[in-house]
Amino acid sequence: MGDLSIFLQHLANGVSLGSLYALIAIGYTMVYGILRLINFAHGDIFMLGVYITFYGILYTPLPWWLVFLIAPAITGCIGILLEITAYKPLRESPRITILISAIGASFLLQNLGIVIFGGRPRAFPVPKLLNQVVRLGGVSINIVAFIIPIITVLLLMGLNYFINKTKTGMAMRALAKDYDTASLMGIDINRIISITFFLGSLLAAVGGIMWGVRYPQLMPLMGTMPGLKSFIAAVIGGIGNITGAVTGGFILGLGEIMLVALLPRLTGYRDAFAFVLLIIILLVKPSGIMGDKITEKV
Amino acid sequence: MLEVIDLHVNYGGINALRGINLTIEENQIVTLIGANGAGKSSTLRAVMGLVKKQGKVLYKGEDITTLPTKDIVRQGIAMVPEGRRVFADLTVEENLILGAYTRSDRKAISRDIERVYDTFPRLKERSWQKAGTLSGGEQQMLAVGRALMSNPKILMMDEPSLGLAPRLVRDIFEIINVLRERGNTILLVEQNARKALERADYGYVLETGELVLEGPGQVLLEDEKVQEAYLGVTR
Ligand SMILES: Nc1ncnc2c1ncn2[C@@H]1O[C@H](COP(=O)(O)OP(=O)(O)OP(=O)(O)O)[C@@H](O)[C@H]1O
Ligand SMILES: [Mg+2]
Repeated sequence: MGDLSIFLQHLANGVSLGSLYALIAIGYTMVYGILRLINFAHGDIFMLGVYITFYGILYTPLPWWLVFLIAPAITGCIGILLEITAYKPLRESPRITILISAIGASFLLQNLGIVIFGGRPRAFPVPKLLNQVVRLGGVSINIVAFIIPIITVLLLMGLNYFINKTKTGMAMRALAKDYDTASLMGIDINRIISITFFLGSLLAAVGGIMWGVRYPQLMPLMGTMPGLKSFIAAVIGGIGNITGAVTGGFILGLGEIMLVALLPRLTGYRDAFAFVLLIIILLVKPSGIMGDKITEKV
Repeated sequence: MLEVIDLHVNYGGINALRGINLTIEENQIVTLIGANGAGKSSTLRAVMGLVKKQGKVLYKGEDITTLPTKDIVRQGIAMVPEGRRVFADLTVEENLILGAYTRSDRKAISRDIERVYDTFPRLKERSWQKAGTLSGGEQQMLAVGRALMSNPKILMMDEPSLGLAPRLVRDIFEIINVLRERGNTILLVEQNARKALERADYGYVLETGELVLEGPGQVLLEDEKVQEAYLGVTR
């Protein structure tokens, strides 16, 4: 009986880690879909989301659940600001210029983080309600491992509705394919780009909060690894494709946990797993699992 | 209604337009003809604010030269771009809904979608299909329908009949007539110079970025140079 319940435990952990990768990966893929830009600062936006929540809980009188709602919105606005300051002025420039700006923005946010938040790791104040363990068969699982996938699925359903059913979502899909024709429809390109950054950053912050609850340690550089892996998840799924990003996130999360669970000797290679998977995908299907042919936008 | 004054367009050293002037009166059909590369599309794109330009564009006497495209559309000018440019991943219906992006009168929008479907029954049958799966001719119908959805006062069409079967070409020109009867103003760029000039109140002939001839459609039809260069008349 032990084997099955341990397997279930790993499954729950894998699914919840995959959910977090998926939430972050969506931001990479949405921005790429619209701007053909890899937003290297996205992992640092994730970090900011966690810190904003941290300060919100410790230094404001607001209840934690309200902070959990407000912090992602603030992070979303920071995402808009990032685009306006670092990317918008370069929209007509060669793509490599914007890419360099993204790398610069990432360094800037990390170092600002070190200056403002301090380089010392801090402990995330996990609300008691979320810090509970349920016993399932012979094993104990943190309830967060169940809550994370549920919240993720709800958010994905909301995002799906927004993208497919609302006029703004349609405009976003149109813009991803053809700027000129989209503006001929009267679409305000700047507004749609801002909304894209808002949503991507908001989801990253939600992922960040759940990350903090799950792995309660904060550092200004904490966004790098999750950011990198989520980016890989987006590429594996087919960058530009939201379903692909989610799929890639779950594959990566589950794969990583299962690797450690089934082959404990490889635990040290845990982080390498994502990169090996990336290399395989790039060799076998460079456009990713759900990606269409990589097309240049005119 | 629409006035283009001394319009210049440069593409990194290439002078695509070298100071052209157009006047389009309300409720007229005006056509712009010219050989490949003459600058017809550049003219329309410049008016819509899609390319950098020098010169002036006046709409109802107001200067719209520096307005961003989205606001020009809101003023009541729509364009059917060259080569259809439908949103391939969106359904036919979604393409039409986006055509009405600037409007918020839901009821009137769905009524107008029905009106487009009445005009192009093929689109109605395929309303849930992705636009990318339509045939070329169907995509062209969709591009025209989509532009109509913004309820434009001025409709600029860049070679709407390109690649269409003769019957559909007739349909498109029929629509142009209907639109004029409804009070619209039309600026038509056409390869099909004869058909365009037959219907046009006024026409302009563009050659390598400059206007070389203008006049009422019927007059241009009779013009020897036009006949030779654009109507395939040999003598
Ligand atoms: N984006 C661009 N970059 C550089 N040159 C361009 C660009 N667009 C157009 N041109 C050039 O400007 C000139 C006018 O082009 P335009 O598309 O306006 O012609 P056109 O009259 O519409 O031709 P056609 O009948 O083939 O559609 C051409 O010489 C073309 O090569
Ligand atoms: Mg053209």
